[in-house]
Amino acid sequence: MAALTTTKDRYLAEFEALERQGALRSPSWLTPLRRSALARFAAAGFPTTRDEDWRYTNLAPLVASAFRPAEGVAAVGLLPTTLERLSVGATGWPRLVFVNGRYSARHSSPGPLPVGVRLSSLAEAMTIDGDVVARHLARHAGWDANVFADLSTAFARDGAFLHLPAKTSSETPIELLFVATTPGVLAQPRILVVAGPHSRATVVEHYVGLTDDAYFTNAVTEVVAGPGASLDHYTLQEQGAGAFHVATVHAALEGDSAFSACAATFGGRLNRTTLTLRFGGESGQGALSGLYVVGGHQHVDHHVTVDHAVPRCSSRQLYKGVLDGSARAVFNGRVIVRPDAQKTDANQTNKHLLLSDGVEVDSKPQLEIFANDVKCTHGAAEGQLAPEAIFYLRSRGLADATARTLLTLGFAREIVDRIAVEPIRAYLDGTLRARLRAARATKEMS
Amino acid sequence: MLSIRDLSAGVEGKTILRRVNLEVRAGEVHAVMGPNGSGKSTLAQVLAGHPAYTVTGGQVRYLGQDLLAMPAEERARAGVFLAFQYPVEIAGVSNASFLNAAVNELRARQGHPELDAMEFLGLVDERLKLVEMDRSFLSRPVNEGFSGGEKKRNEILQMAVLEPKFAILDETDSGLDIDALKVVAQGVNRLRRPDNAIILVTHYQRILQYIEPDHVHVLFDGRIVKSAGKELALELERKGYDWIREEVAATQPTGA
Repeated sequence: MAALTTTKDRYLAEFEALERQGALRSPSWLTPLRRSALARFAAAGFPTTRDEDWRYTNLAPLVASAFRPAEGVAAVGLLPTTLERLSVGATGWPRLVFVNGRYSARHSSPGPLPVGVRLSSLAEAMTIDGDVVARHLARHAGWDANVFADLSTAFARDGAFLHLPAKTSSETPIELLFVATTPGVLAQPRILVVAGPHSRATVVEHYVGLTDDAYFTNAVTEVVAGPGASLDHYTLQEQGAGAFHVATVHAALEGDSAFSACAATFGGRLNRTTLTLRFGGESGQGALSGLYVVGGHQHVDHHVTVDHAVPRCSSRQLYKGVLDGSARAVFNGRVIVRPDAQKTDANQTNKHLLLSDGVEVDSKPQLEIFANDVKCTHGAAEGQLAPEAIFYLRSRGLADATARTLLTLGFAREIVDRIAVEPIRAYLDGTLRARLRAARATKEMS
Repeated sequence: MLSIRDLSAGVEGKTILRRVNLEVRAGEVHAVMGPNGSGKSTLAQVLAGHPAYTVTGGQVRYLGQDLLAMPAEERARAGVFLAFQYPVEIAGVSNASFLNAAVNELRARQGHPELDAMEFLGLVDERLKLVEMDRSFLSRPVNEGFSGGEKKRNEILQMAVLEPKFAILDETDSGLDIDALKVVAQGVNRLRRPDNAIILVTHYQRILQYIEPDHVHVLFDGRIVKSAGKELALELERKGYDWIREEVAATQPTGA
């Protein structure tokens, strides 16, 4: 317990220090938000496995490590070839680049964008688009329920801001690249997407680690979708082997809006994504999906909450995991259908492919249905590669390892194929194949 | 081409094949017939190298090689092909990418360069016609949601693309209506060449009206108890398998 208190106190002390230095100099509206978030964090501290939401995800290794806030780390430059390699989209996609959590203007190319659309670092937005940021940042219902979100709000400084005024749409996806190069850093990117009525955009968050030593990314993304807006959100996580990656995504949807999220997880030592989708207006649509391909001692935890607070909304969840080595997966899919939310249509599927005997899965649906005219389904399945399928492929001349890879790709295809944007699909497909090739090489060596 | 000597094999500790002998020469079609449970499918699976089956005795020479010592994929690369009785459904893998992987694997072993997408499609297009399938089959996941007839045609499509030297068709006729049977038989006939050979495993004589065998063997209780020309198939069709059972009982002292 002493260790936990010490770590918490360390963050509190960092806060005081940064504030003294003026590093957290912020608009007047933000100061009380910071202080109350910090107070909540101080009161709650880091969760332990006694906490129901963290029962299967032990944060002790994260809490035991000392991470320096990104503010204190010298700026690091990236080689053009590195940037090129890490680009998901074509040149010409608007792109913001963050190195060790800090916005890097010289690596970024925030345009071209349609007239009226704003894409900038959050720090810049706090000055220039202050009222939009002030209206939305950490303001939405249920926002304060998560200690990591509080930690983010307390230190909120750097990150990305996207504002789509009414009826604007960015045809080219917007890429946010977060590169970690330096061990021991705590990066807290804060992403705010405000989509006005009937606007449309695709946002890709891409996390890459260029070091396999420990570092900590605490990323928070808030999406606010106005009436009729449509937003597609992708997360490609290729953190380094020693990384702790905690992500909080919160989408607040107004009527007739659509939100999709697809999270692909390959890297990191400990991964936790807390995703909340809240329907605030009728006829909203949410499509949430995730693919995680992990091995070794990697840990992936998805906590998804879909809150059907109003009638006639539909939500889809499809999460698939490929686990090898001694990897561990946690999935908690909570669907709340409140008493007024008639004609809700919600489904949830979570499937795992287990490639070794050493893996562990804790998958739990959590349906809380308080309305009577609804359609809610859920399903979970775990399985290994079918020996008959392996033999079938081998009988056509494919090597055993090739057959296994092909079948594993087949398992993942359901997620990959639903990605509408070709460059994103191609990047994910390539990453997936490379990952399976590397896993095969490791297996053959051992 | 293929020489099976005293082959005994089983699955899960149960003996199924008992000293099977069979000689297949290039250019020949052999029909292996027999009642259910006689060991027909076991013979097919053992020749293809299914790891669940254990060979307990005998040997199989294939083009001068010890077939039983080769893993399934090496047999396939050496030109052995099994058309499955129950083709396996493979989610998420398209027919095209599966065929492409198999063709290029074979080509790599034969020292040929990989086919590019255009060359591959050219090859497949031509073979699709053999089994009267259209291109839409290529984008569908392997066998998933296929009707029984489509699955069997898909097996013959694979055979047509991979051009095996020695093919075993395991009850490819079962579950086919007469039109599908004709399509499948026609496909197989077009693939017959003086330098390849086929074993047709079947319960019924029906398919042999369309694919004419050179030899017909009756497998009974794990043994080949009768071998003759194609007229044997007609006799079996007329008289059923009971007379075989009686003949076998008469030639074997009880308790042996």
